[in-house]
Amino acid sequence: MLRHQRRDFHAYFYPAGRPGLLPVLWAQLVSGATKNSAIHVDGLRKSFGDLEVLKGVSMDARDGDVVSIIGASGSGKSTFLRCINLLELPSAGNITIAGEPIKFAPVKDGVMNPADRKQIQRLRTNLGMVFQGFNLWGHMTVLQNVMEAPVHVLGQSKAEAREKAEALLQRVGLFEKREQYPAFLSGGQQQRAAIARALAIEPQAMLFDEPTSALDPELVGEVLKVIHSIAEEGRTMILVTHEMAFARDVSSQVVFLHQGQVEEQGTPDQVFKYARSERCKAFVSSIH
Amino acid sequence: MGEWYWLPDYFWRFMEGLWVTLELLAIALFFGFLLAIPIGLVQVTGPRWLAAIARGFCTMIRGTPLLIQLWLLYYGLGSLFPYFPELRQSFLWPILREAFPYAAVAFIISVAAYEGHIMRGAFASVPKGELEAARAFGMGPFTVLRRIWLPRAIQNVLPTLSGEAVLTLKSVPLAATITIFDVYGVGNIVRQETFRTYEPLLFVAFIYILITAVLVILFRWLENRVPKVSQ
Amino acid sequence: MTFLSNIIQFLSEWGPNLLWGLAATVQIALGGYVLGLLIGLGGALGKIYGGSMTRWGLEIYTTLIRAVPELVLILLLYYAGTQLLNEVLRSFGYEPVDISGVAAGVAVLGIVQGAYATEVIRGAMQAIPKGQVEAAQAYGMSAFLTFRRIMLPAMVPLALPGMANLWLIITKDTALLAVVGFEELAGATRQAAGSTRLYLEAFVVAGAIYLCLTLASNSFFKWLEGRTTRGQAKLGAA
Repeated sequence: MLRHQRRDFHAYFYPAGRPGLLPVLWAQLVSGATKNSAIHVDGLRKSFGDLEVLKGVSMDARDGDVVSIIGASGSGKSTFLRCINLLELPSAGNITIAGEPIKFAPVKDGVMNPADRKQIQRLRTNLGMVFQGFNLWGHMTVLQNVMEAPVHVLGQSKAEAREKAEALLQRVGLFEKREQYPAFLSGGQQQRAAIARALAIEPQAMLFDEPTSALDPELVGEVLKVIHSIAEEGRTMILVTHEMAFARDVSSQVVFLHQGQVEEQGTPDQVFKYARSERCKAFVSSIH
Repeated sequence: MGEWYWLPDYFWRFMEGLWVTLELLAIALFFGFLLAIPIGLVQVTGPRWLAAIARGFCTMIRGTPLLIQLWLLYYGLGSLFPYFPELRQSFLWPILREAFPYAAVAFIISVAAYEGHIMRGAFASVPKGELEAARAFGMGPFTVLRRIWLPRAIQNVLPTLSGEAVLTLKSVPLAATITIFDVYGVGNIVRQETFRTYEPLLFVAFIYILITAVLVILFRWLENRVPKVSQ
Repeated sequence: MTFLSNIIQFLSEWGPNLLWGLAATVQIALGGYVLGLLIGLGGALGKIYGGSMTRWGLEIYTTLIRAVPELVLILLLYYAGTQLLNEVLRSFGYEPVDISGVAAGVAVLGIVQGAYATEVIRGAMQAIPKGQVEAAQAYGMSAFLTFRRIMLPAMVPLALPGMANLWLIITKDTALLAVVGFEELAGATRQAAGSTRLYLEAFVVAGAIYLCLTLASNSFFKWLEGRTTRGQAKLGAA
């Protein structure tokens, strides 16, 4: 624990000690000064009973950042993502979405409940979530899935929502499948539809929870291509993934979680090439 | 096959009986299902005490004959009225005096229990992820229920609900035991007045086959309107 | 609490009658259930393996029985059945007989149950993996041996939930016989209620007895399911 803190300390004050970092850092410094914070998480903790899954995780994603969270299964990376939009209730810590801190009630039974449910519902419409298991609504067509939240949460007119939904489905290559029900689509098609559904609420940030882990290998590519195009248009993204090559390619920041703690954090090069932590090195090389 | 000379004389009585049967059925299915939704829901997400009450209600109603429930309501409650003489002056008396409201209440309770039990399974069978997705998109609890959970649950159990509707239809003749003249009750009148033993019963059976067919077709049509759950 | 003391008084006077009624209920339910099971087995085999005439006949039987109210069927089968039987007997020169209430009840409920049981058992039979039956035939088992040694045991866990449900239905359906004046539990209760004027108490007691019967049956079937599904959980889930 202490060792770990010391290392963070070190990284904060002596970043230039590592080779090739200065330009990156300079860029970060400049962008940090001009861009607003999209998602800021501070000291997040989460326990399931006696098991502490997250032991104080912090992260800052600015507008346009693509943050990849990597780590072995059980490292807490999915739990961390799900805490950001409160699908899991954290035990401690602070979360700020687009500069607005989430208001929590006092801790009860080891869980922080939101103090204002309406605030959560409102903030969630700023975060487009894409799930590992797609979670398309089975009783609605693809088009209805994409239109659902804009119409029934954001209160847009059906005509407006439909127009936008069709454009999004066009974009993810599913326009022809718009009247189909999810059960009749392949996994890759379902996930692309789910991405269109998340984009439809025009979120300030997208949250991807292992979007390709449930897919057959030959279907991974089509989904990654769509995610890549979203990253390229400058949308803020938090991405939990096992696709190392993709994370390296697309991210502006990579976070390596190990047993509920940030073990390594930085640019893709910092994490993939010049990792200080032995565990991170081992993990990255084992996956490659 | 048999003698049917009586049929023209009683045809309109049968139609009146048919109306009573359909009225009871519609009331029972509509209000029963309305109650079944919260009864099923609290068993899946409600606080433990409420879930226990709902489960106990379902077990109790499903575990006793509808006939006993009907008689308990009609004769049992009726036997208490003499203890409250002021009831006779109250505005409720015209309702309490009739048999129909007792039958309606008994059938509603019965449908609520059987369908409540079905809806519990239906709510539980909706994939958790789809509810989570709904919440992640900023839906409040009521919107999740109205837009996602309930329609998805009904989609899963529509065939079961259709079978339950036919069973309810078939239990309507029990109402004749508390002086209600549904189709079956009219059939009994005819049997008493004409001394024909089984032709009126055959006619009642015939009407029932027709209603059942209509019900089944109606539910088929509904089922075709909702998409299949899986390939 | 006059309600409680009324119940105690009611039970001490009419308890034995209700118990006799319960005995009649269980007797008829058991008889009808076994008859229904036999009809169901035959019906399922007929629907799967029978010729087109058999299948048509069975289809009409199950459809009609499941569309017509039990009460109507009971009256039809009871009156018409008695009349028919006696006409047949007379034409053969025998004396007309009086059908006992129990026999009539068993016959009627059995025929009704048979229609539902046919569907339950047919569903279970069709859910048996084809390969298991083929394997039996490959080892040279006769059709009957295949049925007895392979299909029946594989089918039981699949049919059990449906058959348990049918038992619960028939225990409650016996109450319908009270309408034709038979003295099973519901009929005995009505008589007791009429003579004591304790309607509320009487029907509450009867409801409680039926509920006990249901709960006992439930735990019996749960135990049975636990026994028969050993090692076959995957089959049941598939």
